[in-house]
Amino acid sequence: MSINRREFIRIAGLSTLVGLGGKTAWELLLPGQVEAQLLPKANALAAKRWAMVVDMKKLDEATAKKCIDICHKVHNVPNLAVPNDPKVKMDPADVNRWQIKWIWSDHYHNAFPGQEHEYVQDRVQAMPFLLLCNQCNNPPCVRVCPTQATFRREDGIVMMDMHRCIGCRYCMAGCPYGSRSFNWRDPRPFIKQENPTYPTREKGVVEKCDFCAERLAKGQMPACVEVAGGALVFGDLGDAKSKVRETLKANFTIRRKPELGSNPQVYYIV
Amino acid sequence: MLEKALVGSKRYYTLLAILAAIFGVGFLFYLRQLTFGLGITGLGRDVSWGFYIAQFTYLVGVAASAVMVVLPYYLHNYKAFGRVTILGEFLAVAAVSMCMLFIVIDLGRPDRLLNVLLYPTPNSVLFWDMVVLNGYLLLNIFIGWNVLEAERNEVAPPGWIKPLIYISIPWAVSIHTVTAFLYAGLPGRGFWLTAVMAPRFLSSAFAAGPALLILLCLIVRKYTKFDPGKEQIQTLAKIVTYATIINIFLFFCEVFTVFYSQIPEHMQHFTYLFFGLHGHGKLVPFMWFSLLGMIFAALMLVNPNNRRDEKKLAVLCGLVIITTWIDKGLGLITGGFVPNPLDKITEYWPTVPETFITLGVWAAGFLILTILYKVAVSIKEEIGA
Repeated sequence: MSINRREFIRIAGLSTLVGLGGKTAWELLLPGQVEAQLLPKANALAAKRWAMVVDMKKLDEATAKKCIDICHKVHNVPNLAVPNDPKVKMDPADVNRWQIKWIWSDHYHNAFPGQEHEYVQDRVQAMPFLLLCNQCNNPPCVRVCPTQATFRREDGIVMMDMHRCIGCRYCMAGCPYGSRSFNWRDPRPFIKQENPTYPTREKGVVEKCDFCAERLAKGQMPACVEVAGGALVFGDLGDAKSKVRETLKANFTIRRKPELGSNPQVYYIV
Repeated sequence: MLEKALVGSKRYYTLLAILAAIFGVGFLFYLRQLTFGLGITGLGRDVSWGFYIAQFTYLVGVAASAVMVVLPYYLHNYKAFGRVTILGEFLAVAAVSMCMLFIVIDLGRPDRLLNVLLYPTPNSVLFWDMVVLNGYLLLNIFIGWNVLEAERNEVAPPGWIKPLIYISIPWAVSIHTVTAFLYAGLPGRGFWLTAVMAPRFLSSAFAAGPALLILLCLIVRKYTKFDPGKEQIQTLAKIVTYATIINIFLFFCEVFTVFYSQIPEHMQHFTYLFFGLHGHGKLVPFMWFSLLGMIFAALMLVNPNNRRDEKKLAVLCGLVIITTWIDKGLGLITGGFVPNPLDKITEYWPTVPETFITLGVWAAGFLILTILYKVAVSIKEEIGA
């Protein structure tokens, strides 16, 4: 059955009117298409449990910046400090308050509060610790969300459904890592160059890093991992031969606030 | 019975007009918030809940406190409270209505509110809060309305209302307990991570709610022909007294655990609120006023002579309302978010639009309260109570 776009929309619209909309319309006009789209692509990357190791010995300031920039670029994360319309004046305090960040760098004592002491090595003090969603095994954000807009996948990725989120920000109160951002205003006027393959967000919803689930589905590694030059190791904890398991075996690693029982899955080599 | 709300004195209409006007101004600012986003508030990524959620928390307490008149009357057959139960129940209705409005205006996407019902999530405390608040609202509307109607017709209330009344007693406790659990179960927020939060919520609620009820009783007596009664006010005053004392006691229990243990994640929030942290201390004068004012009010209220003097009692009740409001409405929420989980400090203060939206919701609540009290009082006058 051949059918052009215009006809398809017309028939789908009419059938919606008589209650045949949604999946029914798809099934009648393009049988099998809905299911086909739900199946993973053949080259998709899959894992039992995704995890990341941040090797701070290899990560310098420039690499950290590269990781942050690429992530925010591919995910249409706005830079509130640089509005597209130069007439819009942003107060630095507002930029700070409304900032959206999926991945960012911070000092040792901010990344690991309580771990710092007076005599910490200068080397560690100066490190730009890359911080992102920890994709916890026991995520408090998922526990508190009243609509399951944030949920944990089988492979451990903590996802956000930004179309279901009601913007109550309970997850932000629940997250012990400050890894969640809320759109306090429309982010679109602050996206320099929109990536058309990834959705932009509206005001009023929460967002965060999701280990580039959309890239894994296409067989690509997370954007930050690709540009990190080996400083970020990403892989499957369920596979004993994976690079991430080997790295964890060969190095002493720490995690952020493990005492809270959230079981974070981003590990740091210091 | 609603017809009683439609006819009234000029003063009644003026009050309604003023409240409606404040609500209208708040609503205009809310329209601005709908178009711009929650950025028009003082909130941000570090302090992500503020004034709205704090008012909600405070008012859940006011709503729950209706149980302080319902319980003695229905479980202990304390007849005197029969005259004021309706005032307590209608205060609860107005307070819960405000709670719901505060939740809605705090949402980034209020248009998706029904997602909470479409995807019910029992592991979220917010889901349960929605269940208990709606249930409590309905219970109080049904109970209040039917008992008042029966009173008007000089018959006994319908039999089916009795079980609802008994259910409403633990239900009142549940709304403030569940509200405390919103905060008290979050792993990364040391200020809130305390088992004493729900008891402290209840004690401050049973201080603030009956204190407000006393003021309302005094107003009703002054401006209408219905007198809620001297004994009733005195009994409420005792409830306010001991609830305030228990609240202060629980506060110091918390202070002991936090400061004797010396665990930084728990101490730093108290330090921020009462002494300031790294040069940031916007709330310090408020917190001291709240704490010292509450202690002063409790000490004064313990003396029966001060309670018996209704003028002094009114001032002390006002002080209890203000100090508990600062405690929950300013300190509790902001204090939990400062410093943030990365040990950084961003202070919070509500903006002008945020304040007007908040005032608008309060006006809406008092509009509901005025109308309900008008109905109740008119009927009490009619039957010559």
